[in-house]
Amino acid sequence: MTGNRIVDLAEGNLVDLSRRRFLSVSAAVGGGLLIGFTAGPSIRDADAAQGTAGATFAPNAFIRIGSDGQVVMIMPYVEMGQGTYTSIPMLIAEELEVDLKQVRVEHAPPNEKLYGNPLLGGLQATGNSNAVRASWQPLRQAGATARTVLVSAAAKRWNVDPSSCRAQSGTVRHVPTGRSIKYGDLAADAARLPVPENVVLKQRADFKLIGTPAKRLDTPSKVNGSAVYGIDARPPGVKFATLAQSPVFGGRVKSVDDAKAKAVKGVRQIVRLDDAVAVVADHMGAAKKGLAALVIEWDDGPHAKLDTEQIVDELKKATLNSGSVAQNIGSIEKAMATAVTKVDAAYQVPFLAHATMEPMNCTVHVRKDGCEVWVGNQVLARAQATAAKTTGLPLDKVVVHNHLIGGGFGRRLEIDGVTRAVQIAMQVEGPVKVVWTREEDIQHDMYRPCFFDRISAGLDNKGMPVAWNHRFAGSSIIARWAPPLFKDGLDPDTTEGAIDLVYALPNIHVEYLRAEPPGIPTAFWRSVGPSHNVFVTESFMDELAAAAKQDAVAYRQALLDKTPRAKAVLELAAQKAGWGKPLPKGVGRGVSVQFVFATYLAQVAEVEVSKDGAVHVRRVVCAVDCGTVVNPDTVRAQIQSAIIFGITAALHGQITLKGGRVEQSNFHDYRMLRMNEAPAIEVYIVNSVEPPGGMGEAGTSAIAPAVTNAIFAATGTRVRRLPVADQAKHV
Amino acid sequence: MIALNVNGKRYDVDVDPDTPLLWAIRDVIGLTGTKFGCGIALCGACTVHVDGKATRSCSTPVSAAVGKRITTIEAVGATPAGKKIQQAWIDLEVPQCGYCQSGQIMSATALLTAKPTPTDRDIDAAMSGNICRCGTYARIREGIKRAAQGSANDKKGA
Repeated sequence: MTGNRIVDLAEGNLVDLSRRRFLSVSAAVGGGLLIGFTAGPSIRDADAAQGTAGATFAPNAFIRIGSDGQVVMIMPYVEMGQGTYTSIPMLIAEELEVDLKQVRVEHAPPNEKLYGNPLLGGLQATGNSNAVRASWQPLRQAGATARTVLVSAAAKRWNVDPSSCRAQSGTVRHVPTGRSIKYGDLAADAARLPVPENVVLKQRADFKLIGTPAKRLDTPSKVNGSAVYGIDARPPGVKFATLAQSPVFGGRVKSVDDAKAKAVKGVRQIVRLDDAVAVVADHMGAAKKGLAALVIEWDDGPHAKLDTEQIVDELKKATLNSGSVAQNIGSIEKAMATAVTKVDAAYQVPFLAHATMEPMNCTVHVRKDGCEVWVGNQVLARAQATAAKTTGLPLDKVVVHNHLIGGGFGRRLEIDGVTRAVQIAMQVEGPVKVVWTREEDIQHDMYRPCFFDRISAGLDNKGMPVAWNHRFAGSSIIARWAPPLFKDGLDPDTTEGAIDLVYALPNIHVEYLRAEPPGIPTAFWRSVGPSHNVFVTESFMDELAAAAKQDAVAYRQALLDKTPRAKAVLELAAQKAGWGKPLPKGVGRGVSVQFVFATYLAQVAEVEVSKDGAVHVRRVVCAVDCGTVVNPDTVRAQIQSAIIFGITAALHGQITLKGGRVEQSNFHDYRMLRMNEAPAIEVYIVNSVEPPGGMGEAGTSAIAPAVTNAIFAATGTRVRRLPVADQAKHV
Repeated sequence: MIALNVNGKRYDVDVDPDTPLLWAIRDVIGLTGTKFGCGIALCGACTVHVDGKATRSCSTPVSAAVGKRITTIEAVGATPAGKKIQQAWIDLEVPQCGYCQSGQIMSATALLTAKPTPTDRDIDAAMSGNICRCGTYARIREGIKRAAQGSANDKKGA
């Protein structure tokens, strides 16, 4: 491994950042036993953001302690199921010395200065599986800073040396005398003390919370209906709207006959936009009924004849030309010339929708002098900015209330839904909640891009790879989403999982060609680049093992001597899965191993294929080394989740276009894995003191190749195009 | 006006009789724990109990619920089975994003009320209509079994 490295002296760890190119701006976070937290926000900023002062102790933008003793933690990263609203409080509480029971969490308001993600160039964004990585140092420091001031306040009151005091469970105790004061009673004093520049973080051995399966703070509200998602916002007087957007991307409204819609009981208003029509009503039932009664004529625009096949053909053609070199080691030409065996393959993955359970929605109230937005979003500052731009109001006149998110998976890293709702709200008196129907949500998603790959390898006389040549074409999401990160025809996401493989490959050449599909918006989707690349590379590695007539695990093991953590998870998964043990006819095991999102992970899938090609994933064993674990139960939950998400896509997921229109519309033709189809999942976590890796997405990218490799083991059929659908038919 | 009995309270809602019950509950009455997912009874997010039976409120007209007892997630904890399911969900940390869990809990509670010790097959049959995009199925299954265990123990005690 090469690249940027920083040393975390507090724990003696070497942090390898070569894979995390998002990071370059702020790679030097932390770095020492005494940590200078200079990048952090000041008290004044925090006070301004929270509107607090005086008796409330707010040493930074993340912590507020009132004289009532209530500890409020302000969450810079949003909760969409991944457990952030528990793992981040754990980091703060560990150092602040409070019990999680004492903590109340709040959504951060839009404010990139205070809540920017240091791993995403300061953008206020939750994504790339990096909330814990981004918080690991700064939010422990935030907690330690607050604790240090509280201890000082107590010591001052008692007129004793701060070093004779200990913080514990929200109180400061004077050890020699046993006196103690609650944090709430110190808040006013603490608020008047200077915040130290340098604080000492706890030693790992002293962790009380980090590493424990702490109960999630959001669970109680999620079992009794009290959790509030964006779709649940109800500002007084709110009206309800739903909409139809041009069924062809880039189309326009030609004419609208709304006579029948207006006659529907409860319908209040029809809002016409250039490329959409919305019906505003007293409730969503009336809005939907009104929408169905509209007669809309569309001008389909330039993409009216677009079919999926054309898009794939364009990608295929693109890969005939050379692209931007994402990685080159050695010389594949020379190595290929010496190869005894050559293996070639072409792979293809489809467009995918996010299909979050909470459909797209956003509530907006536009007034002459301001705008208020209620939404669940992963990029809150961008949500605020688009509302300001769309209304023409100054940024400080736009208030955005963030909410729990009913599934993100990348969909809410986009602000199209906010823009749309603001456009509608500008024509409506009072607040309006715009809710997309499921059909609208699937047909106007921003999709995981379709990719086409050509890949070849040369094997030596022992069957081991001496040359690896991979070229692929598809959309770059980064080029649109964060243009400065798209450089020299490459971006860090689209290539992740295709380059810097875990394997020792002496000669490797990887090229990427950016090819944007006409009209179709693309976006991040759980495990993004690796969702495509790991399928290709781990399937192809399986093909090489088969060509070499070697066992799929043994073949990989032989290439992993230089990446011991990868080797360890592979061996652990294989052992726990009973790799090599006989299976009934029609059942096979498949394996995959990867290093993405700074986490090592291996999976073994056990798959049963019936004669008619029906594929049932019976069991998945996953071994993961994600470095230091903050909450092991959350790690397990995320892997269980990611596997189900990935199997859903691998077996069934595809968005296709015909006549410029998305053909799928709801859960009957965009299928989800269900209870009766869910495999048994076993998760094994490797103990590690390495810095934390990402956990939200890694489990998804690994499963597709594990499943298709298992199909190969069961049937001899190699699936090179996702979804599997009916390709596993065998006789 | 259409009179509905939701969680033991009477609500008069001024909607068309063919309005899906979901919107009367969420938008008119204002109980937002019941969720909208698909609108055509494919995902189960909108599940409520109508006279104790798990019912997809997105596809049930309010007219069909008149004169019946409607129970939503906000009140299901008052039933013995609902309370056990909710506790099992907390004990096992079932929810992730949590959006589908109101519907999951309503379906699971109806199952447990009808079959106090459900088999895996019973669970598949009762729960396969409820989609969870976060893939919490294994924990849901375990949660139902844990709640059922609680029921069995209660009986032994009684």
